Order: sequence, then C-alpha cells, then structure tokens
Amino acid sequence: MKPVITTERLTKRFGDFVAASELTFEVDQGEIFGFLGANGAGKTTAMRMLCGLLAPSSGKATIAGFDIYEQTKEIKTKIGYMSQKFSLYDDITVSENIRFYAGIYGMSTKQIKAKTHELLEELQLESEAKTLVRELPLGWKQKLAFSVSIAHGPDIVFLDEPTGGVDPVTRRQFWDLIYSAADKGVTVFVTTHYMDEAEYCNRVSIMVDGVIAALDSPNNLKQQFAATNMEDVFYELARNAKRKGD
Amino acid sequence: MKQLIVFIKKEFLQVFRDKSTLLLLFGLPIAQIVLFGFALSNEIKDSKIVVADYAKDAVTAQIINKIASSKYFDIERTLQSADQLQTAFKKGAIKLAVIFPVNFAHDLEHTNKASIQIIADASDPNTATAVTAYMTQIINDYNMQLGRGAGLPLQIVPEVQMLYNPGLQGAPNFVPGVMALVLMLVCTMMTSVAIVKEKELGTMEVLLVSPFKPLYIIIAKLTPNLIISILNLFIILILSSIFLDLQVRGSILLLTIASTIFILTSLSIGLLLSIGANTQQGAMTNSLMGMMLPTLLLTGFMFPIENMPLALQWLSNIVPSRWYFIIVKKVMLKGLGFTSVWKEVLILASMCIFLFTISLRKFKIRLQ
Repeated sequence: MKPVITTERLTKRFGDFVAASELTFEVDQGEIFGFLGANGAGKTTAMRMLCGLLAPSSGKATIAGFDIYEQTKEIKTKIGYMSQKFSLYDDITVSENIRFYAGIYGMSTKQIKAKTHELLEELQLESEAKTLVRELPLGWKQKLAFSVSIAHGPDIVFLDEPTGGVDPVTRRQFWDLIYSAADKGVTVFVTTHYMDEAEYCNRVSIMVDGVIAALDSPNNLKQQFAATNMEDVFYELARNAKRKGD
Repeated sequence: MKQLIVFIKKEFLQVFRDKSTLLLLFGLPIAQIVLFGFALSNEIKDSKIVVADYAKDAVTAQIINKIASSKYFDIERTLQSADQLQTAFKKGAIKLAVIFPVNFAHDLEHTNKASIQIIADASDPNTATAVTAYMTQIINDYNMQLGRGAGLPLQIVPEVQMLYNPGLQGAPNFVPGVMALVLMLVCTMMTSVAIVKEKELGTMEVLLVSPFKPLYIIIAKLTPNLIISILNLFIILILSSIFLDLQVRGSILLLTIASTIFILTSLSIGLLLSIGANTQQGAMTNSLMGMMLPTLLLTGFMFPIENMPLALQWLSNIVPSRWYFIIVKKVMLKGLGFTSVWKEVLILASMCIFLFTISLRKFKIRLQ
C-alpha cells in the first residue's frame, strides 16, 4: 500500500494560538482514517489545511503525491469534500445537484448523465430525482451529499463530521456507503465526535490540544489503554485537555 | 468555460425557483413607477384653489375669469382674510391660493408692474410644482395679451411661494431617482445574499475545495443579477413611458451602457458587503442600511445636494448613484449625448473598476 496522504510537522498558527501543532502521519490508499478530538482540539483546522482551505504555517504535506503548497490545482481534482453543514443546495432538485457538482468538476455531459443515473439507482432515489433537496429527510440528504462528493471519482474524500444530528440507524447506513467507497479504493478521511464511529475506522488519530495524542487501530488503542471501548480511550486522553470546546 | 455555464445555469434555477425573490425583483420597480405615476397624474386637473382679491378691479376680474375657465383649477370660493387662508391650507382643502393686492390695476397702469402672490401647499411637492406651473402659465398668457393690446411693456409678476417644502424638486426627477434606487438596492442585495447563502449552506467550502476558480464563482454569481437588472431597467423605462408619459429623449444605447456600468458598480458593492456578512439576514441588513440611506439621501433626487452642508456634499461624491442620477437626467430628460455626460460616465466607470478589483482581492484573501 502506498500512502496517499503524508504530513510532516504540519502546523497552523493563528497569531500566538497554535491550532494544530506538528502533525506527522500517513494515510494509505483505501484506508478509512478517523480523526477524533473534542471541540477545539484542532481537527477541523487539520482537515482544512489538507483540503487547501487553509494555508499551513509550517511543515510539509502531500496529497495524492502532490505538494500542498505548490500543486493545489492538481490536488483539487483528486479530492472530494463534504462539509460539516451541508454540501447540497436545498432549493434545487436532487438530480440538479448531482449535475451541478459533476459539472463543476468538468465531467462531460455524457458522463454526467450516466453518473446521475448510477447515483440515483445506488441510493434508491430514482423516484425523488425531481424533488427539491430541502424536502428530503436529513439522513437521505447526507447520503446524497456523500455520494455527490465522490461522484467525480476522487482518490481521497474528506468528511467533516458528516453524521452530525442523524439517528444511529441512518448513521449505520451512511457507514455502509463509506465502506463501499473504500472498497473501490477511495481513501476516506473522516472527522467525528461519535466514538461508535471510531470503531468503524481502520485507524484513528486522537487530537488533544492541537497535537496528535494517539494514532493506531481501534483494537490496538483499546489494548494500549486497557479499555473496553473507544469511549474510554478517548476519555483517558481528552480529560487532561487544557482547551475548552467552543 | 463549460463549468462556468453549469454554474450560471444553477444560479438561474435558484432565482427562478424562489417566487418571493422574483416578486421582489420585478415587483419593486413596477410598484414604484405605478405609485409615482398615480401620484403625479391624478389630482392635478380640477385642483381646488382660492382667490383672495383685495383689488376687485377690471384686470383682476379678467384674470380670475381666465383661471376659472382653465381645466386645471376649480375656484372654491373667494376668501377675504389671511386667517381663513391658513385654515383652508391646514385642512388640506385647497392646493393653491392666488392673492391680488389692493390697487392691482392701478399699479399696473401707473408703474407698468403689478404683483400677484401665489401660495402653494408643497407638502406634496409634485402637485405643488405642477399647479404653480399651470398658474404661472395662465398669468403669463394674460401678460402677453395685455402687452399686445396696449403696445406697452406691462408686466404682472407672479410671486411664487412654496409652503412647507421650499426646496422642492420637480416631478420628472423621480423616474431617474427610482431607477438609481431600484437598481442599486436590487443589485447589492441580490449579490450579497446569493454569496452569503453559499456560506451559510456550507456549499462555499465545497466550491473552494473543487477545481472551480474563485473568479468563476464571482462571474457566475453576477451574471444572472446583471441580466435581471438590465431587464428591470427596461421595465422601468417602458412603464414610465406608459404611465408617466416620460420617454427617453436621448440615446437609449447610451442610457443602457451607463446603466450597465452602474449595475456592475452596484454588483461589486454587493460582493464587498457579502464578504463582511455571515448570514443572509446580515447581508440583507447591511445592504439595506448601508445602501438605502446613502442612496436616498445623497443621490440628489429627494434632497438637492446643493443645499446640503459642505461635508455632506463632499460625501455625496463617493455615492455612485449620484453620478448615475445625473447621467439619467441628462440623457433621459434633456436628451443630451455622450459629450455632455462623459465625465460622469468616466467617474462611474472608475468607481466600478476600483470596487470590483477590491472585492475580487478580498474574496481571494478569504479563501486562504
């Protein structure tokens, strides 16, 4: 397995405040990499640097083999992103959203048509193709947003707390989608609050006060901290945090 | 390029799906013009007036006769005292009073000069201008007749006094004013709301992560607004021609070009406002508070700029609608060509380029 994300002492400072300090890690292709941390621990900052939304203060990183300082253009075509809030337009229809996102990634009309059909079928949303997105239940919207974020066939997809506010059943279904994407070789980089979701990841990194406090597979972490579940591991690490969540 | 078209298509979809925005976009200019139209065209015929004749001689009788026979005026009754006049004005029972001083005919014969006092209720400035203009016209007519008959330069000088609103502006000023106001508001509001909406939804981040260029985002956001605003411009022109009988005297092409520059300026302001706001409501408030007041106050169509304190006069120079207002007045009302408005067009164009460059730069900074 070759790494698709590598970072070396990647740091982001806002004035005197070090939001993310000397992050060094690698993520392999097809891996589901969980990024955990309390509010304000710096996980969104880290993700934003990797997506090109924030310029790092120092350190190195490559995404899909491209340098995050010099080759942002190349990186953009290789990654997908689903934001914390929502990445769909709620005042246009399901199929219009798919066509729009596929379109701005430069897919051809023919490809867009095929992709729209494929996605709707996969999500069993054919009957809702002409429904405005705002009329869909939250869980469906999130599944659709995820599928749209990988519609252009990226190597890596970044998910920023994708399952906030969804019931456990829908969350489980959402993770099925993530697994099927990873099976196809898409690397999934996901931030989350939910410790049950941490168990679904191949490896997790736990951030405390801007630094990576632990990084391993869920099983190894549980052993290391002599815990029965990830919740206890997280608590063990995070309880000494100095930063308060916002 | 194809990506840009996809984006513009989406923008149009969003605008046309939103019925309330559409109503605001096209309803605002229509409502304004129709309102002003009715305020202007009604009530001017058969205006109720009073005549106070302290002279009661042959000349005043002739003039009163002439006034009475005009279709514009209904002489309510004749009043004798100034108190009665005040009461009538305060009640709003009359729009105008004509006062002949004692010895009117005598003065006219011996000094070749006599004065008539005309007092108008200018709390409604449009009506006041119109009725005094008609009244002056009638008296001037009579003047001419006199002059021709006697061969002497006899002069009756109407002394016009505007009650309640001495700095009143003429009626046709309203159409250029409405144009400036509507275009300015619609453009800044639509643009800032459209961009902030993407921020609120979280879609802006997704766009910034995508290979879609930030400049394209701006172009895609501005294009539908530009087209809608130009459409709005023509709606205003057509309506004012139908309802207000106010046609464009000068070149429509020149007016359209100047308007496009003004629209682009307003769109850039909208862009700038969107950078400071994080919610749609915030953006709306910013554009209403930040643009509505300066546009209303410092454009010159509500309050004449020449009468303002020097500081405000200076300030008015940076309000784009001020220059646009001058251009529209010159081209639309006076029928002047490019040679007489090039300065204003140049100022507007520089403002446009300046604001657009700043907003473009600011927009890019925000991405980092």
